[in-house]
Amino acid sequence: MPSILSISGVSKTYATGFTALKEANLDIQRGEIFALLGPNGAGKTTLISIVCGIVNRSSGTVTVDGHDISKDYRAARSLIGLVPQELTIDAFETVWATVNYSRGLFGKPANHAFVEKVLRDLSLWDKKDAKAITLSGGMKRRLMIAKALSHEPRILFLDEPTAGVDVELRQDMWTMVRRLREDGVTIILTTHYIEEAEAMADRVGVINRGEIILVENKAELMRKLGRKRLLLELRNPLTAIPEAFSRYALELSPDGGQLTYTYDNQAERPGVASLIRDLEAGGIQFRDIDTQNSSLEEIFVNLVRREP
Amino acid sequence: MNLRAVWAIYRMEMARAFRTVLQSIVSPVISTSLYFVVFGSAIGSRITEIDGISYGAFIVPGLIMLSLLTQSISNASFAIYFPKFVGSIYELLSAPVSYLEIVIAYVGGAATKSIILGLIILATASLFVPLSIQHPFWMVAFLVLTAVTFSLFGFIIGIWAKSFEQLQLVPLLIITPLTFLGGSFYSINMLPGIWRTVTLFNPVVYLISGFRWSFFGKSDVSVGISLGMTVVFLLVCIAIVAWIFRTGYRLRN
Repeated sequence: MPSILSISGVSKTYATGFTALKEANLDIQRGEIFALLGPNGAGKTTLISIVCGIVNRSSGTVTVDGHDISKDYRAARSLIGLVPQELTIDAFETVWATVNYSRGLFGKPANHAFVEKVLRDLSLWDKKDAKAITLSGGMKRRLMIAKALSHEPRILFLDEPTAGVDVELRQDMWTMVRRLREDGVTIILTTHYIEEAEAMADRVGVINRGEIILVENKAELMRKLGRKRLLLELRNPLTAIPEAFSRYALELSPDGGQLTYTYDNQAERPGVASLIRDLEAGGIQFRDIDTQNSSLEEIFVNLVRREP
Repeated sequence: MNLRAVWAIYRMEMARAFRTVLQSIVSPVISTSLYFVVFGSAIGSRITEIDGISYGAFIVPGLIMLSLLTQSISNASFAIYFPKFVGSIYELLSAPVSYLEIVIAYVGGAATKSIILGLIILATASLFVPLSIQHPFWMVAFLVLTAVTFSLFGFIIGIWAKSFEQLQLVPLLIITPLTFLGGSFYSINMLPGIWRTVTLFNPVVYLISGFRWSFFGKSDVSVGISLGMTVVFLLVCIAIVAWIFRTGYRLRN
């Protein structure tokens, strides 16, 4: 199936000389949830802004469902809904007026029933006559989403959607994202809460210093780059790791009561079974054993650190 | 053409004017009335007639132009600067609207507001002095042309401005002095020779002169030149706006 969004060789250098994006290439599959991860200033928002038409790119091409974002910008943009990071709403407009305005701006005929549904889905219906300035931060965030959904987009960009949002709204938001995906909407999100990407995304992209350094199926990424840890609670604390175990690169806790063995599928290091056999043979007894999987967050931190 | 978007922006802009009716309509009407009291009554009692027109009536076109220019600029500059300032411009830039549609909607909204205001001032003025309009078609033509031209100019200022201070700078330091020195309250023929020549470099002179002609059939400079100068300024503004949008100047960079 052709990708719904194709970014090819896109670069952006601002007038100040700062290069925010370097030859970015990315293909987003139809109907997937794609999480774009990266530290602050990595180029996430610049990339989204270029696709949405807010920032001019310095070079490269972007197509949305086959429509070039420059030559065929009307068709391309009408497919996209954007929820930006900042809460930027005309404070003096009512919820009802501003959402209907957004729909009109995207060239859609008035459809009060649809706008009502969007507002009800986002628990905003009771506030429809309230001015944006009177809404709480969470409600404003919902309003931004309502505006983005008002023209029935096929691709939804959520730029840090859960930053500064309470738990209830976060859960509501993820329920909404799943529902949108069921309706066939492609979702691209950036987030600092990596556990959310871990829970929600089908694929993950990592961007750092303007370069997309990795794009991978999430499960595959976890398998490839994820590490496992074996934790051994020792019956008798050790003062040092015996020389015979040097090939395992074990770590001893400061109190000498716990040994940690880190291993992964890729490394050519001896397996868990041989370690346990060797420990028994060496007379090191343990009273408990535990294993841990590294999280996407650790993978992300490792990837970003690895960059020069 | 995304007419729905044009209509959505236009309606939003008009709604904003009605929401701030006190600021948009009432305050210019009050200040115009004050001009009538000060200039019309106090000074008018000493200058009885100019070119055979009573002083009170003579200043009406100038007063309308004064409000039309300043309000067109402030309406349009604020309309585009405010979303830039609060960040909500992202929505406009990401929408499937062309530059032309954006300009039509914003400039149309700003010009409509200032034209309504001009007509209200005209109605207010008619309460103070008896007025007749000799060339109603040209009166409306000058009104619309000036409102559109200066709304475009305001739009440019709104995009250029990086702060509220800059937003006020051009209207305050350039437009208001030019309007006061452009013959709002006097005929430029009353000036000494050298100053009369200097005044001819002031574009506002042509606007006021042409507009006054549509009321009284008399003008400081020929109507053709007035019309020509207004159209030239309109074309200059259109060219600048076209350049802004082609380069993304202070919008997409």
